[in-house]
Order: sequence, then C-alpha cells, then structure tokens
Amino acid sequence: MGRFAPLLPELILSIGGTIMMIVAAFAPRRASGVVNWLCVLLLLVATVALIGPPSHAGPVFGGLVTEDLFASFGRAIMYPAAAVAIIAAHGWFERGTEHASEYGVLIVFAAVGMGVMVSATSLVALYVGLELNSLAGYVLASYRRTDERSAEAGLKYFVLGALASGILLYGISLLYGFTGTTSFTGVAAAFGRGAPSLGLLFGLVFLLAGLAFKASVVPFHMWTPDVYEGAPTPVTTFFASAPKVAAVLLATRVCIVALAPATDAWRQIVIFAALASIFLGAVAAYGQTNIKRLLAYSSINNVGFALVGLAAAGPRGTSAVLFYMAIYVVMTVGAFLCVLWMRDADGQPVESIASLSGLSQRQPGFAFGMFIFMFSLAGIPPMFGFWPKLLVFTAAVQAGYVALAVAAILGTVIGAYYYLKIVKVMYLDEPAAPYARVRAPVQGLLVLLAALIVSPLGYLLIGPLSSLTDRAAGSLF
Amino acid sequence: MTGLPLLTILIAIPLFAGAIALFLNASGARWVALIATLIDLALSAYIWVLYNPDGAQWQFTEFHPIAGNFSWALGIDGIALVLLNLTTFLMPICIGASWRSIKDRVPEYMAVFLLMEALMLGVFAAQDLFLFYVFFEGGLIPMYLIIGVWGGVERIKASYKFFLYTLLGSVLMLIAMLYMVATAHTTSIPVLMGYNFSTEAQTWLFLAFLASFAVKLPMWPVHTWLPDAHVQAPTAGSVILAGILLKLGGYGFIRFSLPMFPQGSAEFIPLMFVLSAIAVVYTSLVALVQRDMKKLIAYSSVAHMAFVTFGLFAMNRQGIEGAMIVMLSHGLVSGALFLVVGVIYDRLHTREIAVYGGLSNNMPGYALLFMLFTMASVGLPGTSGFVGEFLSLIGTYHASSWGAIFATTGIILGAAYMLWLYWRIAFGAARTPEAAAMLDLSPREWWLLAPIALAVLWMGVYPESFIRPIRNDVGRIVARLDTVAPAGDSRLTLPPMHMPIGATH
Repeated sequence: MGRFAPLLPELILSIGGTIMMIVAAFAPRRASGVVNWLCVLLLLVATVALIGPPSHAGPVFGGLVTEDLFASFGRAIMYPAAAVAIIAAHGWFERGTEHASEYGVLIVFAAVGMGVMVSATSLVALYVGLELNSLAGYVLASYRRTDERSAEAGLKYFVLGALASGILLYGISLLYGFTGTTSFTGVAAAFGRGAPSLGLLFGLVFLLAGLAFKASVVPFHMWTPDVYEGAPTPVTTFFASAPKVAAVLLATRVCIVALAPATDAWRQIVIFAALASIFLGAVAAYGQTNIKRLLAYSSINNVGFALVGLAAAGPRGTSAVLFYMAIYVVMTVGAFLCVLWMRDADGQPVESIASLSGLSQRQPGFAFGMFIFMFSLAGIPPMFGFWPKLLVFTAAVQAGYVALAVAAILGTVIGAYYYLKIVKVMYLDEPAAPYARVRAPVQGLLVLLAALIVSPLGYLLIGPLSSLTDRAAGSLF
Repeated sequence: MTGLPLLTILIAIPLFAGAIALFLNASGARWVALIATLIDLALSAYIWVLYNPDGAQWQFTEFHPIAGNFSWALGIDGIALVLLNLTTFLMPICIGASWRSIKDRVPEYMAVFLLMEALMLGVFAAQDLFLFYVFFEGGLIPMYLIIGVWGGVERIKASYKFFLYTLLGSVLMLIAMLYMVATAHTTSIPVLMGYNFSTEAQTWLFLAFLASFAVKLPMWPVHTWLPDAHVQAPTAGSVILAGILLKLGGYGFIRFSLPMFPQGSAEFIPLMFVLSAIAVVYTSLVALVQRDMKKLIAYSSVAHMAFVTFGLFAMNRQGIEGAMIVMLSHGLVSGALFLVVGVIYDRLHTREIAVYGGLSNNMPGYALLFMLFTMASVGLPGTSGFVGEFLSLIGTYHASSWGAIFATTGIILGAAYMLWLYWRIAFGAARTPEAAAMLDLSPREWWLLAPIALAVLWMGVYPESFIRPIRNDVGRIVARLDTVAPAGDSRLTLPPMHMPIGATH
C-alpha cells in the first residue's frame, strides 16, 4: 500500500472518476448536479492529498513519473482550476443537453491526465498524460453536440490535436531511436555526450512543436481562437486555465531536465515562440469583436510571457514561470467567469464585446471585477498581474537576455491596447441592453476571490507564493 | 519623531475614503472626499512641521520587507516633502472644483480621485524601486478613467493617447530598473542614489529613464499627449495633471537620473539643453496662436517645464533649487489657471477665447485673481513664478550662456501669450451677450482660488520657507554631481600668464 501513497491524488481521481462515470450512466438525469458537485469534491480532496508523500516521494514506477514539489505545485493550481470549471458549468448545461452529468467526470479524467503530464519524467508517461487530457478535451469541446459551433470546435480541435500528437510521437520516436531510452535523465545523458546529432535535434524540435500545440504557442496557435469561441464557455474556461498550466509546466520540465545539455538549442526556439506569441497575441486581438476570441488571444499572449521565464532557464526563471502560471490561472478563470454572466434578456449567452457597453452603469460590481482582471492581464500596476511579469523580466535580465526582456516589455504596451478597449467599452461607452441577472452565489464568490487575489491586495501573497515557487523550481535542479 | 507610521497613514486615508465613497450617494461621496483630503492636508502639514531640515536625509522612514528585495519602504527627504504637500494642498481644491460641475457617477469620480491622491503620495514617499514603479504606473489607471469617463467630446482618443504614450515611456524605465537591481543587488532608492554604475551602463540607464520622465514632464517632442489630455479632461483632472502628474517627471530626474547616473546625465546635457530650448521657444509660439484657453495653458506648461530641465541639467545649486521652485510654482499657478478657465467654462460651456471679453466689467473679483495668476505665470517679481524662473536662469547661465539666452526668450514669449490671453478675456467689451451676463465668483470659487493666490504670493515674497527644507538635499545632489557638472562659459577665464623668468626670484 505504501508504494501507492505517492500516487494518492491520481488514485483518488481515477477511481473516483470511474465510479462517477458508472453513477452518471445509471442515475436519473436530474441528478447531474449532484454528480458534478461530487466531482468538484473529488478534485478538492485530491488537492488536499497533495500534502504529504506526493510532494517529495521522488521517482515512482521505475521513473515513469516523479512525485516532486514541482509536480505538486502544478497540480495544486490545476485541480482547483478544474473544479472551478465544473462549478462554472452549474446552470449551463441543464437546458437541452443530454449527458450533463458526464461533464464533471470528463474534467476529472482530464485532470488525471494533467497530473501525469506535470509529473512525467519519461517520454511515455508524457505522451499518456497528454493524450488522456486531450481525449477528454476533444469531447468537452463538442459537448453541445447539437450546436454547430461546438461540434465544429470539437472536430477542429480533434483533427489538429491528432496532427500535433503525431508530430509529438514522431519526435519521441526519434529521441528514443537516437538515445535508446525514454527516461528524461537518459535523454539528458545522451544530449550531454558531445554535440547532439542531427536526429536528436530533429527529435527535440518535433517534441517541442507538439508541446507548443498543447500550450497554444505561436506558430501552433491557430486552433485556439476557433476552439475557444466554439466550445461552451465553461469548457473554454477550463481550456484556458488548467491544461495550459499542464502544457507549460510539462514543457518546462522537458526543457530543464531532459534537454538541459541542449539548452542553447531549445532556448532559441523558446525565445522565438515567446516573442511570436506575445506579439501575435497582442496584435491579432485588435480586431476581435467576440470576447472569447479576444481572451483566446490574451491567453496566447500570456503564455508567451511565461515562456520568457523559461527562456531564462535556471531556478529563477523556472520559479518565475510557476509564479506566472499560478497568477495567470486566477486572472483567466476570473475573466471567463465574468463572461459566463453575459446573458441577454432571455438568458441566452452573449459573447460580443459590444454588449459590454456601459456595463459600469448597469452592473458596477460585475464591471469592476472585469476591470481588475483586464488591467491585471495587461500587467499594469498596481494590479497583481504586474508582479509575475516583473518576475519573468527579472529572470530574463539576470540571465543576460536584456534584449528579450525589452522586446517582451514592449509587447505589453501593444497588448495593453485591447485590454484597455474592454475597459473603455465598459466604462466610457453608453449603456447597451442590460444583461439578465444570473443567480450564481458560488460563482460570485469565486469571482470575488479571484478579483481579490489579483487586486493590489495580492502583493501580500508574494512572500509565501514565491517561497513555494522557489522550492518547487528547486526540485528540478 | 513620533512612533506612528505617518506616511502610511497619509496614503491609507484617501484609499479608505475612496472605498467608502463608492458606496455612498453623490452628496455623501463629495463630503467624504472633501473631509478625507482635508485631513490629509492637515496631516501632511503636520509632517512638514515635524520635518527637521537639518536632520537626517531620510525622515519618517518605514520599512517592512514583503518578499525578496521588494519591500514596503517609505521615507521622505525635503524634496519629497514639498511635493507631498503640493499634492495634499491641491487635492481638496480639486474636489471643490468638481463639486458642482461633475453630476454623473459622482461616487466613482470621488473614489478615483482619492485613489489618484493615494498613488501620487506613494510615488513621492516610496523608497523602494519597484514600489515606486507600482505607484508611478498605477497613476495611469485613475487618470485614464478621469479623462475617459468625465472628459469632453473627444475624451476617448485623448485617454488612449495619454495611457499608451505614458505606458510606453514607463516600461523602458522598468527594464532599466531590472538591470539596476541585477547589478546593484538592492532595490533601495537611497542606496542606489550612492551607487556608482559603470559609465557605459549609465548612458543606457539614463536614456531609459529619460524615455519615461520626458513623456511625463513632458519635454518636446514627446509632449503631444498633453494638450489633448488637458483639453478633454474635466477641470479638476487638468489641475491634477498639471499640478501633480507633470511633477513626477521632474521629481524623477531629481531622484533618479541626476544622483544615480551623474556621468550619464552629464553626457546628455547638450541634448537636454537643446530639447529644452526648442520646447521653450516652439511651444511658446504654439501657445500664442491657440484659440482654446485650455490648450494655451497646456502648451505654456510644456514651456514652463523646460525651465525645470534647464535648471536641473545646469547641475548647480541655483539651477536645481530653481527647478524645484518652478515645479512648485507651476503646480500652483497652472492648477489655478485651469481652475480659472473652469470657472468661466462652467458658465458658458466653451473654451473658445473669442467668445469671452470684457470680463473685468462684470466679474471684477475674477479678473483680479486671473490677473494675479497670469502675472505669476509670466514670472512677475513678487510672485512664485519669478523666484523659480530667476534661479533657474541663473543656474542655466552658469552652465551655458546660450541656454540662458533661449530660456530668456521663453520668458518674453510667455509674457506675450499670457498677457494677450488676459487682454482678450478680461479687457475690452464683451463679445457676446452671454459673456457680459456672467456672474462674478461664487463663495465656493473664492474658497478654491484664494488659498492658491496666497500660496503664490507667499512663495514669491518669502521663498525661504520652501527652499529651507530642500537646501541640504539639493546640496547632496550638487556634491554628487561635483565632478561632472559643466564648467560653463560664463566665468571669466584668465589668459595664461607670461611672467618674466627673473620674476620668480
């Protein structure tokens, strides 16, 4: 039994998820709310279970996965974010959707996949985790199967995702072929033996390309706006938060652990991807009229900033990445929860930015929440979103990449424009037709909590959070 | 000193009052804002009384580490002290100026203004590099809202321009700050003020800080956001913008550029002088042809700020003290001029100069105060404008006689556009019947303008009150700049002596 203690969170989620699936299959449809709440509970229990052996147990299953603080930190962000995505769907799927109760179950399975992703220390575990997460994601994207846009989003996500998986697998097979091992340390050792061969470099590039797809990093971002727009909003909330963290953290572990001797090789890729994401994410968002598409570009832009920290490498850069992703999740989830409240008089969801017009006069609290998230995502002090940006820039400057920091920081100014546009629409424009009032006390509390964290009060969190990210990053070195 | 964290309290009062104001109705919010700003004024006056000009450089210091290098570190020297008081002095006046003219969303308006005050006080009191940056940048958000929500017809364009322009300048400064922290391993501003960066680094750091402060100040040619912002902002917004926000640029030069990068600053003296000379002459000429009163005063601000850069980069005592007094004086005078414009704007809702005329007939009290502030802006002896500009000119002359020549031209042009403005508005016959029917200042408007008038006269007649607290701090900066200050061409240099060899016996 003791052997399984380090895997307690995954065990809770897998076994619990399976039971829930059986329950969902036989329970009456009106019990879907109960099933979803139980799934939330599972995720929260799994989060609590992270304390203890899972945070420091080391290699498990012969080194397929490693339970260290880095992985635990990632899961401690992702599990609650996944739970929020289930809560966000409360009251969303009841009407006209069959299988409403499977929604929570799918997210639980996706969470298992993400847990494997962040703790993977072998190319096989990496792939298994990634696919487990993706498969759940494909279904979730097309969850409203009668809705054309949702079905299209699911199909698009699946086709492109399958392609990316193929690229990833090809990279893995190349790496395996040239190193004879799938473990990260083995790959690192192979890279350490002199200059890497062409095959190894190809493997590295394909591997990173596959991961870039999952993290929706430019130039593998094309699916993001379409899928984010088409998928039901609670699902988009999920896509934009937890799987992003998983993909970025996985990429971090791969780069820092498996590809450490080839840092010069992957660093140029990461720098390109970071800057391309920052600038494309900022520029492409200009013309958007749909808030979900805009937030999709915003997430591309933000992941670009996190990659600046990765490009800096080293414990400080890694710590900055962790810090960034933690705050990014809070900001993004908060912003999407606000989007969930955008309903017209009939209670149908609206997604156009124009409908936010004059919101500050109709619903000041809602508008103020969005205001905080927008300025925080833009990284304007005194909002807390400024701090993680400062950390990644600091890491880049200290690693000697001043030009990268300068370019990235100029990207914040370009990006500020469209966040400012949302604020302008809400605060400066004349009021549009009012939204229907949505009764959702739990979601309201979550938005309040997220807003408090990213408001200037968040600076009080710097101490504990940064010591945690420092230790988590330290477990990789 | 007392044990209370006075500076934190000073910053916290408007913050809390702002949060309370959000939940009140219009009149409640107005009173809360007024009372909070008055308490802050009293508190900052108390701090001035407690401040010992001959004491330690940094007084009222507070230090609470937050994480790593970042800390809640506050403390003021004389320079920060006077600017702190300028802020608290102008704030109640701004609230008063918005008492009637702002009718929409009053609670939010007051909350935003109080937030603004807290952030500006934070900028002057911050002793930690990143804390400074957070306050400095944070000021953008409330000002964006003030212009954007309560501004004029073209407010949206103006607010965007203001926000993105100043943000672009500031982020370059952020990079420089990151580099400084990586090199010096501290975020403490007092420590950094004595740290010697390499000469090459100083060049780049100076340029990066210049990008931010030049936009804020603003210097020619990055001043173009200012006229738009001023014209579109509500009266109180213009007062804050001219009175306090523009001072952040000058404060930045005094606090960062000069003491932290003396060699970098010295290297760019020619650039600063040329830009200042262009600003003085060019913007004065532009001001001359304006038809919009607010625009005219906005351009005059750019010209006055050039006296600040002239004085600062002369790098001698008169220059820097003069620059400080120009900043204080301009804060009061241009703030007052915007209020004066606001008074008649509230009555006729136009800023066209051509609509008014002959106001000295039906508004004698108004004409009197307007005259005083016009004279102060021109730099008439006995007003605050004279002291600052005169000191700044002396300092400039020591450093470069050419600089002084251009700067003096600015004074002449300044007299031209201000006196012409005054003539067109106050003298002659009323051009429209509406202008002739306007009533004189109400008691509320007297209460707004009279304190500024008194302060302007006080500073003009007895400037020692304002120079005393900053004397030692200016001395420290001058000492730091000692080795790099320009020799100047104004001093008589003796030709080399040719003595007969025998004379040495």
